[in-house]
Amino acid sequence: MTTTEMMTLKTEPFVLNFGPVHPSTHGVYRMRATLDGEVILDIEPVVGYLHRGIEKLAEERTYSGFIPLTDRLDYISPMSNNLGYCLAVEKLAGIKVPERAEYLRVIMAELQRLANHCIAVGSFLNDTGAYYTPFMYAFREREKIVDLFDMACGQRLTYNYMRIGGVSQDIPDEFLPALKRLVEQLPRWVDEYDVLLKQNEILLARTKGVGVLPRETAINCGISGPVARGSGVNWDLRKADPYSIYDRFEFDIPQGEAGDCYDRYRVRIEEMRQSLRIIKQAMNDIPAGPVRADVPHLIRPPKGEAYAHIEAPKGELGYYLVSDNSIAPYRCHIRPTSLINLTALREMVKGWKVADLIAIFGSIDITMGEVDR
Amino acid sequence: MEVSSDREYIYTSSELDQQEGQLIEEVKAGARESIPDPDAWLDEEVKRSIMLSSVDALLNWARRSSLWTAICFPACCAFEFIAAEGPRFDMSRFGMEILRASPRQADLMITAGTLTWKMAPVVRRIYNQMPEPKWVIAMGACAISGGIFRSSYNVVPGYNKIIPVDVYVPGCPPRPEALIYGVQMLQKKIAKEHPIPDLPQMLQRGKKE
Amino acid sequence: MTVALSGKDIASQLEEKFPGSVEETGQDSLVVKSDSLLAVAGYLKDTGSLAFDYLNYITAVDYYSYFEVVYQLTSLKHNHSVIIKSRCYGRENPAVPSVVGLWQSADFQEREIYDLMGIKFEGHPNLKRLFLWEGFQGHPLRKDYL
Repeated sequence: MTTTEMMTLKTEPFVLNFGPVHPSTHGVYRMRATLDGEVILDIEPVVGYLHRGIEKLAEERTYSGFIPLTDRLDYISPMSNNLGYCLAVEKLAGIKVPERAEYLRVIMAELQRLANHCIAVGSFLNDTGAYYTPFMYAFREREKIVDLFDMACGQRLTYNYMRIGGVSQDIPDEFLPALKRLVEQLPRWVDEYDVLLKQNEILLARTKGVGVLPRETAINCGISGPVARGSGVNWDLRKADPYSIYDRFEFDIPQGEAGDCYDRYRVRIEEMRQSLRIIKQAMNDIPAGPVRADVPHLIRPPKGEAYAHIEAPKGELGYYLVSDNSIAPYRCHIRPTSLINLTALREMVKGWKVADLIAIFGSIDITMGEVDR
Repeated sequence: MEVSSDREYIYTSSELDQQEGQLIEEVKAGARESIPDPDAWLDEEVKRSIMLSSVDALLNWARRSSLWTAICFPACCAFEFIAAEGPRFDMSRFGMEILRASPRQADLMITAGTLTWKMAPVVRRIYNQMPEPKWVIAMGACAISGGIFRSSYNVVPGYNKIIPVDVYVPGCPPRPEALIYGVQMLQKKIAKEHPIPDLPQMLQRGKKE
Repeated sequence: MTVALSGKDIASQLEEKFPGSVEETGQDSLVVKSDSLLAVAGYLKDTGSLAFDYLNYITAVDYYSYFEVVYQLTSLKHNHSVIIKSRCYGRENPAVPSVVGLWQSADFQEREIYDLMGIKFEGHPNLKRLFLWEGFQGHPLRKDYL
């Protein structure tokens, strides 16, 4: 027997638990990964560690009283959650929103997209190994955006700003000049961040070609948002099914081709630039007027059902409401962007190593509040 | 060298699920009463010599100035905690910049988020894995009493049903400044502790037994 | 703008292909019998003029005498969408065929509906509880769960 034959090792697969308490799992997400050495054969996600029963709680709160609960769904972009829910109720009850409120909603939603992508990109880079430095840079910029939100509604994380029929209060006088200063500063920061990282060897080695999601799989798995656009699916709800007043603004939809982690990262950076474009246009055109339609606090929409969806920073966020003409919804279902985006994780990680699993998982950008509701 | 591969898995996936489900039911059944707050510093002191109390002060200063946090970040408050660690509200001025994943190297657990019954055994296990001395800060309304989700079927009404809590920081979510104030309160609490066991009392107890 | 096809447009086409499958047609949705659901779904996905390749969501609603499972489908190519519903009567063992074979995004959503509502999806490869633990009694989103 030759030496190579004598040294043949037979291995067997084993299951490793990536527990709910883990520094890189973006919250309480658990996976049981079947590994053969370091190569991943299969993963089985276990979710539900943050299942707070929000859909059941919707049946005990009034329509307006449910808005603070929607903040806690995707707690990194609460403005978008609020907006989606208010659009659904307004569709159900046939309420028209005043012009100034529409512009304010668009400004807040796009600022929220910027803040979300700051965290998404920062924590993705944290996962690939640049421990904390890009994360802290991104947080520094997010603080500037969160300061604006603080000025508008008094809160830093769970805003509860949108109301059924508009927004809760008008912006103070200092808001627009501060927004103007931010919009002038932020493109330079995005460029600086981009330049530092675009040609970085380690980032390219760890993300180029890693975790490829083919276009057909993305559509079949119902993926939406930057993950789908990174795989070449040309679908953005702001263009395909415009809600609010998005059809008045000019912006592009960035798309990737290869569907790997690097493309998803680049799509997010480009989306930040496009959001700044939209904010500039909205800032210039914002009219004066009331910020809330004349809607009673305890509204009773007529019997029926409605589904409204928005392009949240993570993907398609939708609310399906069924009403039976009482003060509380009969059924409120939230289309969970992050849970559906997780469907593709199994396909994306088979054959890669454990370190790639963390990078791929970070590039999908999920929030457990939305997965578990 | 050959490793035989006809060994089956020890547990299948559904058996694991059943065992974990049983564990959660046991924790839920045993968590009716709140665990009382540790209030050792309220004890009346026995006479202590001056040398022992200055060693106390030294140890307390060392412990409270370098609290290392264990990660326990279920929900939204986590982002205010991370913002408190961030460049603006810098918590590393208080010695708390270390955020290692391992509970074995931590002495503070900041519970930032809603606790659900499914997560409860995990939190208890992490708490048990932390070596003494250890403290817990309950951050946010959900950690104090279940918060806005209190009436839900899967939410534990407060972390003090599962682990003993030292400091409660209210807010939903509490601002990073509020969290830093809570940490300072904990530091004041640690300053009053008596880490050195009282030698005369211990000798007396030994004589009795 | 995504055109929301009304129930009546699709209903006539479906009645030709699968007679007796459509129960009701509403303004913006149509109700299909649960035993012909798989066939109808396959037809909607594969027909060129309809091409519903993207499943937006699946959800279930508890109307006391029946459960209604709601599917919304979108076609990215033609930019139109439709809402299909299917009812299961009886509260003891409601069951509906699973569409995981057609759209993989149904995987977690059907597990969630089984967990929270108790509706079984026949043909799902891994139908077990998603959010709550094994051994939890009852299905919380039902109207009779306290």
